[in-house]
Amino acid sequence: MNAPATPKYAAYVCSGCGIGDVLDVKSLEKIALKEGKMAVAKSHEFLCNAEGVQMIRDDIANDGVTHICIAACSRRAKAEAFQFPDVAMSRANLREGVIWVVAEGSDHDEVRQEMAEDYIRMGCAEVKKMKSPAGKVKEASSKTILVVGGGMSGMTAALAAADAGYAVVLVEKTGALGGFAARLHKRVPFSGAYAEPQKVGAGETAAQVQANPKIKVYLNSTVTETAGAPGRFAVKIAAESGSITEETCGAIVQATGFSTYPLDKLPELGGGQPNVVDQAGLEALAKQANGGAILRADGKEVKSVVFVQCAGQRDDTGMHLPYCSGHCCGTSIKQAMYFKDQNPDIDTVVMYQDLRVPGMGEDFYRSAQQKGVIFTKGKASKVTGGDECQVEFADLILDEVTSTTADLVVLATGQVPNAGVNLDEWTATVTAAESGDAAAAEKKSELQKISVLNLNYRQGPDVPQFKYGFADSHFICFPYETRRTGIYAAGPTRRPMDLFQATEDATGAALKAIQAVENVEKGRAAHPRAGDLSFPSARLEGCTQCKRCTVECPFGAIDEDEKRFPVFNEERCRRCGTCMGACPVRVISFENYSCDTVGMQVKAVNVPDEFEEKPRILILACENDAYPALDMAGLQRMSYSAFVRVIPVRCLGSVNTIWITDALNSGYDGVMMMGCKRGDDYQCHFVKGSEMAFYRMSKIGDTLKQLGLEPERVQTEEVAITDNARVVRMINDYVAELDKLGPSPMKGFG
Amino acid sequence: MTASIATNQTILVVGGGIAGMTAALEAAECGKQVILAEKTPTLGGRTSLLYRYFPKMCHPTCGLEINLKRIRGNPNVRVMTMTEVAAVSGSRGDYSVTLKIRPRYVNENCTACGDCGKAVAAEVPNVANYGLDKTKAAYLPHGMAYPQRYVIDPSIVGTPEGEKAKAACKVGAVDLGMQEETVELKVGSVVWATGWRPYDANKIQPYGYDRYANVITSLEFERLADPRGPTGGKLLRPGDGKEAKNIAFIQCAGSRDENHLRHCSRICCMATLKQTQYVREALGDEGKSTVYYIDIRAIDRFEDFYQNVQKDPTVSFVKSKVARIAENDQNGNPVLHGVDTEGYQRYATEHDLVVLAVGMEPEVTGVKLPDDILLDSSNFIEGSKSGGMFGAGSAASPLDVNRAVQSATAASLKAIQVIHKTAATEAAI
Repeated sequence: MNAPATPKYAAYVCSGCGIGDVLDVKSLEKIALKEGKMAVAKSHEFLCNAEGVQMIRDDIANDGVTHICIAACSRRAKAEAFQFPDVAMSRANLREGVIWVVAEGSDHDEVRQEMAEDYIRMGCAEVKKMKSPAGKVKEASSKTILVVGGGMSGMTAALAAADAGYAVVLVEKTGALGGFAARLHKRVPFSGAYAEPQKVGAGETAAQVQANPKIKVYLNSTVTETAGAPGRFAVKIAAESGSITEETCGAIVQATGFSTYPLDKLPELGGGQPNVVDQAGLEALAKQANGGAILRADGKEVKSVVFVQCAGQRDDTGMHLPYCSGHCCGTSIKQAMYFKDQNPDIDTVVMYQDLRVPGMGEDFYRSAQQKGVIFTKGKASKVTGGDECQVEFADLILDEVTSTTADLVVLATGQVPNAGVNLDEWTATVTAAESGDAAAAEKKSELQKISVLNLNYRQGPDVPQFKYGFADSHFICFPYETRRTGIYAAGPTRRPMDLFQATEDATGAALKAIQAVENVEKGRAAHPRAGDLSFPSARLEGCTQCKRCTVECPFGAIDEDEKRFPVFNEERCRRCGTCMGACPVRVISFENYSCDTVGMQVKAVNVPDEFEEKPRILILACENDAYPALDMAGLQRMSYSAFVRVIPVRCLGSVNTIWITDALNSGYDGVMMMGCKRGDDYQCHFVKGSEMAFYRMSKIGDTLKQLGLEPERVQTEEVAITDNARVVRMINDYVAELDKLGPSPMKGFG
Repeated sequence: MTASIATNQTILVVGGGIAGMTAALEAAECGKQVILAEKTPTLGGRTSLLYRYFPKMCHPTCGLEINLKRIRGNPNVRVMTMTEVAAVSGSRGDYSVTLKIRPRYVNENCTACGDCGKAVAAEVPNVANYGLDKTKAAYLPHGMAYPQRYVIDPSIVGTPEGEKAKAACKVGAVDLGMQEETVELKVGSVVWATGWRPYDANKIQPYGYDRYANVITSLEFERLADPRGPTGGKLLRPGDGKEAKNIAFIQCAGSRDENHLRHCSRICCMATLKQTQYVREALGDEGKSTVYYIDIRAIDRFEDFYQNVQKDPTVSFVKSKVARIAENDQNGNPVLHGVDTEGYQRYATEHDLVVLAVGMEPEVTGVKLPDDILLDSSNFIEGSKSGGMFGAGSAASPLDVNRAVQSATAASLKAIQVIHKTAATEAAI
C-alpha cells in the first residue's frame, strides 16, 4: 500500500429511482458540503450505471478522493456496481430507507426531506471516521491441516486435504488407524444397487494414509496442548511413550468419533447377560466367522437372532440417550444379511419402532426383505439373555404384548460422541476451583484428562458442545461453523451419522480447514463476515482490565496476558464487535466500525426542540436480519414513521451503551435495538451477540431513571427478515407509545 | 462474459439453489474462480420458497441473506442466471461447456424500482407460489431475488403489454429485443447442483390429486401457511376457500413405492411434522393434524422435534398407507380409506384438507446431463466416469438443507482437487 494520502471526502447523491422526484437533491448536496464537511458533493440521475460509477472512479483516481459517501439505494442493493475497494465508503439509504417508506404525498414532503437530510449528515459523519482496512498479511502462516482422530472421518479428511495439495498431521490415540470402521465385517453400500453389504476398505484407506507423503501420522498419541490461532496453532503431541513433539498447523479438523453406549447401562434389555450383544459385538462375531456360520460366545451356531432397534436411544425417560443415532437401522439390516447370506434358514427378525433407512437405503431394506429378513414393529420391554434368550415386547401391529425367543439378541445401541470437555461444566468447575474449592480443583484435573484438543484458550479446552455432547453448529445453513474459528468437527463427533455421511462430512470439513488457512494468511475473516479485512484493536492505555471483552467474546478470541490485559487473537476473531459493545471505556475499535463511526452518526442527526413536535427515534438494526427486514418493508412500500433514524450495526452484541447514552443526551425520544433471535434456538449469526445486547439492556434501567427517563424509551426487539409487516407495526406502535410519554426532557440540553 | 475469463482452473457450478450457492461460495472463498449458472431468473432455489426450515422453525431468508452477502462481496463468483448448460465435452480437468442464456428482456440497468410491474396489466402464474396465484408479467421473482432485477415474461414480448413495460422504465432497462445468447467456456471441473422437483402427484391415481380440489401437495401447503403466500398465511383450502381445520398428511405419497418412486425422500417426515406446527401456529388448539405414515423418519438429531410434536395433543399418528381418497360431494371433504396397521382396523375418515407429502426426484427440466455422468437407479448423480464432475445437494441424494450444504461443501473440495491436479500437471510440463 502507498503512504496514506491526505483525506479528501466526497459525497454522491443519486436522483434516480424517483429520489429526485420527491426530494430536493440540490439541498442535500449543500448539506453534504456545509454540515457534512465534504470537499466535494455531486449528484447524478443514475449513479449506479457505468457513467455514474466512472464519475466516482475518476474522482478517486484523479482528484485524490479518499473517502466517499454514496447517498442512493440501500447498501444491500447495487453492491457490485458500487465497488471501490481502495477507499472508505459509507452508504446513506435514501431509497429503501426514505422515499420508499415515508408515506406518499406532499403533506409528508417536509418530514421526508428532513429524514433525507439527516441520512446525508449521518453518512458523511460515518465516512469521516472510517479507514479502509488494509488487512494484515501474515508472513509465516501455516497451511498444514491438523486432523485429530484416525478413524474413517479423520482418514478421509486427511486424504482429502492431501489430495488438494496440503500437508496434514494426523493424530490417533490408539495404535492403528481405522477407528470403528476397522471393526466392521462389512459396510452398508454407498452407491450402485444398494443390495448387498460391501467390503469396508478401512485397511486400504489406512494404508493410503500411511503411504501419502503429505500426511504425517502419529499413532498412540494425543494432543496435549493447542495454543495460538488459525494459521499459527502450536500443537503439542504426546506419544504414549512419553515423548512430546511440537507441530505448527493452520487449521484443525476434529474427527474424534464416538463410543458405543455401554451395554451395562441396559440391564433391562439383557445388557451384560450371555448371548446379548450390541452391534459392535455382532461385527466381531461376524468377522470371526468370516463368511462361515456365525457362532456365539459359547461356540453354538446361531440359528435364530433378534435385532432390537433403538436400544437405549430415542428415550424420553431421561435414563438413556434421547436422540436417534441415524445409522443403526441400516446397520441391523446389514447384519441381518450376514446371517441370511450364510444360511437363508436362520430365523432373522428386526424389531423396530420406525425403520429409518432414508434415500436409497430403501433399496437395501427391500433387498433384506427379499432375503427373508422379518421386520416387525415392536417395542421390546425386557430381554433376558442365556442359552435361550427371551425378548418380551409389545407387538404394535398385532396389538398385543407377547414374547419371542432367540439364540442371539443384538441390541442396536447408540453413538456417544468423543467431543471432549463440556464447557459449561468446565467454566463452573474452574470458577469454583479459583475461589478455593478443593473438590472443584480435582474435578478440573479430571475434566482436563478427557479433553481432545486441550486448547489453552481462556474460555476452555475444547470446542463448545451443542446438544447431547456433540460438537455441532446450531446453524442449519452453516453446519461446520463451530464457535471456535479454524476448528471444524467432522463425523459422529459432530452429529450421529453413518459411514457414508462421515466420509462426506470429513471432506466438507477438510474444505473448511483449507479455506481457513488460505484466508487467515491474507488477514481475511471467516464466516459470517467472510473476507472482512478489518480487525479489532484496543488502546490498552485506557483499558481497566475489567475482562468483559474477554469473557463475552462468543468465539473465545481474546486471551489475557501476564499483566491481565486482553490479547486479541485476530485470527480467531469473527469481527462481530461484541468486544467493542462490551467495553465500558470504549477502547476497542475496528478501522471502519467503531464507537465513533456510529456515535458520530447519532450526533449528526438534527434533533428539533420539543415545540416542533417532531420526535427523533434511533433504531440500531442488526445488518443480518433487522436491516434487511426494513429494506424489504421499503421494497413493498410499507410506510413507517418519518421520525425514525436507522443505523445498521454488525451485531447487536457490538452495540456500546455510549450510543444509547449519546442518543438520549442529544434529546432522542427513544432508542430501539432490533436484532436476531436469541435463546436455545438462536438465529444470531454470532451466537451470543443478540443475547448480550438483551442482557446489557436489562441493566440500564437505573441509568435511565437517573436521567429522569422512562424505561420504555429504550427497547430491544427480535426481528427476522420476513418480519416486514411486523417491523413496520413495531416501529409505528413504538412511535405512538413514545408520543404518549411526551417529548424527551433531555431536548435542548445536548 | 467472454470465454477467456474462464479457464481450466475455473469451476462451473450448475444450479443456484442452496447446494449450488454453497458449492460456489466455498470454492470461491478458497480463492478459486467459479461460474454459478442458474436456469431461473434468481438464485435461492426451492428452499427460498419454504416458509420455515425444520427443526429450528427458522426462516430460509436468514441463511440466504448471508449467502447473498458473501456472493455480492466475492469477485471470484460470476453469477449467470437464465442460464442452462447445453453441452459438455472434454474430460477431467479440461471441459468445454456450452451455456445457453435465455433472454430476461431486462438488462443490468434495472434498479428494481417496480415501475414496469405497475404499468403492466397482464398476469402469469406465480412460480414462487407453485402456481397458486398470479403475478404481473413484469415481475421480481420474490423479495430476496438475486440479482435484484425484474423479469419480463416472454408471453408479453411483442405485444402492447410489453411496450407498456418498456415505456415505464426510466433507466432504459427493458430490452424487448434481447436474444438468446450462447457462450462457450473452458472449465476444469463441474459441480451439478441441479436440485430436485416434487414427484407429480397426478400420477398417484388413488389419491385423486387431479380430481379433488382439496387434495394438495406439501409444497402447495407450504405456500398456504406462509404469510407471504397466496392466502396471507391462512389455511384456506382451494376447493371453496373455507379455512381447513382438520388436516390429513399422507406420508410416502408416491415414495417407497414400486409403482412410483422407489426411494425414500428423507425430508418428508420432518417436513410434515413441521407443517403440523404451521397448523398449530395458524389455529392453536382449534386445529387438528393427522399423520398417516409407514415409518416416521425423524432421523438422528431430528428425533427431538418428533418427540415435541408427539406431545402436541392436536397431532395424531396413524400407521397406515392410505389406500385411496374419495370425496364427500356434499361438502367437498376428502375421505381417506385404509387400514390402521396397528390393530388392523379399517377406516374411512373425512378431513377438510389432505396434504400429500410427495417425494423428491432429481430435476430434469432444463437439465441435460452429459454422458459421462453416472446415475443411480433413481437418477441421482453418483459422479462421473472420468472423475471430474460431481453431484451436490438433492441432485445427488434427497437431502435436507443441512445435509445439502454438507454435500455441496464436500463437492466443492472434490472440484478443487481436480483443478489443483491439472495445475500441478501443467506446472510439471
